[in-house]
Amino acid sequence: MNRKTASLTALLALLAAGLIMPYVAPAHLSQLSMLWLFMVLALSWDLMSGQTGYNSFGNVVFFGIGMYASAALQIGLYHPVAEYTAAMGEGTEYTLDAAQIYAGLALGVPFGGLVAMLAAILFGALLLGMRGHHFAIATLGLAVAAAELAASRGYIGTGFDMPSPTLPNAINSPALFYWLSFALAALALIFYMWLLSTRFRLALNAIRDDEDKAEAMGHFTVRNKMTAWAISAFFTGLAGALYGNLSRSMAPHDVAYSGMEVGVWMILMAILGGRGTFWGPVIGTAVFFGAKELFWTYLPGWQHVLLGALIVIIVAFFPQGIIGWLRERWPNLFAKPEPDEKTTSHTPPRPAISTGGNGHA
Amino acid sequence: MYHRLHTRALSYFEPLISQEESRVQNLQLLLQDPAFSIQLLLDGLWIGAVLALAAFGMALVWGVMNIINIAQGEYVMLGGFITLLAMDAGLHPLFGIPLAALVLFMLGWALYRLVIWRVVEADISISLLATFGISIMLQQLMNTVFGANARTAESGLGISFLFGGMVTVPQAKVLAFVLSFAICLALWLFLKKARLGRAIRATAHNARTARIMGIDTDQVYAATHAINAALCGVAGALVVMAWSIHPYMGLPHTLRSFMIVVAAGPGNLASIFTAGLGLGVVEQFAGFLLGAEFQLAFLFLLLVVVLVVRQTSLAHKPQCLKLPETGKTGRNLPS
Repeated sequence: MNRKTASLTALLALLAAGLIMPYVAPAHLSQLSMLWLFMVLALSWDLMSGQTGYNSFGNVVFFGIGMYASAALQIGLYHPVAEYTAAMGEGTEYTLDAAQIYAGLALGVPFGGLVAMLAAILFGALLLGMRGHHFAIATLGLAVAAAELAASRGYIGTGFDMPSPTLPNAINSPALFYWLSFALAALALIFYMWLLSTRFRLALNAIRDDEDKAEAMGHFTVRNKMTAWAISAFFTGLAGALYGNLSRSMAPHDVAYSGMEVGVWMILMAILGGRGTFWGPVIGTAVFFGAKELFWTYLPGWQHVLLGALIVIIVAFFPQGIIGWLRERWPNLFAKPEPDEKTTSHTPPRPAISTGGNGHA
Repeated sequence: MYHRLHTRALSYFEPLISQEESRVQNLQLLLQDPAFSIQLLLDGLWIGAVLALAAFGMALVWGVMNIINIAQGEYVMLGGFITLLAMDAGLHPLFGIPLAALVLFMLGWALYRLVIWRVVEADISISLLATFGISIMLQQLMNTVFGANARTAESGLGISFLFGGMVTVPQAKVLAFVLSFAICLALWLFLKKARLGRAIRATAHNARTARIMGIDTDQVYAATHAINAALCGVAGALVVMAWSIHPYMGLPHTLRSFMIVVAAGPGNLASIFTAGLGLGVVEQFAGFLLGAEFQLAFLFLLLVVVLVVRQTSLAHKPQCLKLPETGKTGRNLPS
């Protein structure tokens, strides 16, 4: 069995597990939905930051944009959004029937993804001309500013939180959102697996390894970065749209643009599993979920500190993540056939000739 | 949860009026009454000097170790909390300044020995993630230990008035300004004259050659990181006396440091100080005109503008040859 079939088999097994899960653990449907959504987030973060080498600390912005865009459309189809938000979604005039909910979800969720993608293209036009570390700090600023701006807009709630549409009792909402999350994750997994088998991945890796050389070889690096970020934002936005419905309330600082929770988690999950690989973020998400439940149960109050410490420990001591460790431990099972495919801990060879100003400013 | 508590107080620039409809009014006020402009200008200068202090540290670490320290703002905050602790123990907050410097120096050294040394030679994307992790860790630690409220240390210094009471000048802020300036001068002298300072500059210039010349660059890196943390500690002690601190001010502060260093270039302490003052004044005026809710958006916009301008100006520089495998090539040395 070669690597490709093995990978494909593992993916099918994962999807099969997803199909069985709700019957095995019907009480944990909402946690399982989050597991799938976080898998999408981690994979999307890794496309930009692991494969392309551009650390984005601001992907949570697309999560929030997708969430609010979707919710605004879901509600806005039937009710004025500002009044709905002001009333906190309460009152009989704001109830939606099942058909309206389904129509809202069918239109709103893709809309959230698209708006997030447009935002990525807009911000990308501003930021992606910058080289690695400038981009990273700029995205940090983006994330901080977005939360503050969202918190001051009355349309989506100032000081209080916009609630997501209330489902009528006829709908089994945990099951509905489980299947939606699972469908999104399945779509993302299949799409990313395909994308990472194409030449586009090599183009992105070329940017990560040596952008100047990639440019000299005739790659349109800015365009490639933009495409990667747009794809990443699209899936992040979709996940955000579903997460908003799942979490019921969309507080700007705590849920939508929560740089300290979702924003950190997606980074942690990807680097835990191993940056720049397909299976890294997937495995990282699963492991992180277990660890998170433990932290939240046994160390209340300290969990965020520990997650920060975990990032430091992973980056400083295991920069290749779980996948990298597996590759080192059992090279003939996991190692890539190509010689220089180890991803993270390697510094790319320094260019003999390089532009004067890119390293510092 | 805790974020909501300080939605409106993400930093210490508090504009006088923040209603949206009063923006035009504010502009008119500014144009009619020069006292307002002077007040904003002075306030901006005071805070700008303190911002410059953290920016020196960032420039030092960036120039010498090729690391952008995202935890910069958290070091500042920690300096403030140490001052608060000293005050709780019955000391005058002024004692907090050396104490914060000392504790942060040790913390910076320890963090280098534990974490940073592993990433100092790695790609910059790795060290960014590492310092990001440190930033999250310290931020959440302080949030857990000290709570999410904004806090300030009462220094007992009075307020002076200029122009017949039209312009207020709190003496704590003047003290912050003067001390920042003095530390800037001291740092400049240190880098110029002291043995360690010269070793730091040599390492910044070319780490490999410095090693060949017998400089223990590992030790230099540790010292640089520790000095950076100490500078931030002093800045934090000054911030808590003249303004206020809370656990979520870290990231905006890091962004400001970064912006100052990028705008000024990491090589020149005088231009960093000037850029710091400039940023303080610009933010003060923008905060007055735009209101609190746009403060961070303005900061972000300014950051993008600075980066884009800088990138364009660098793109027009002639290309130069770099030797392969020389470790930290061509960093600008603080001088």
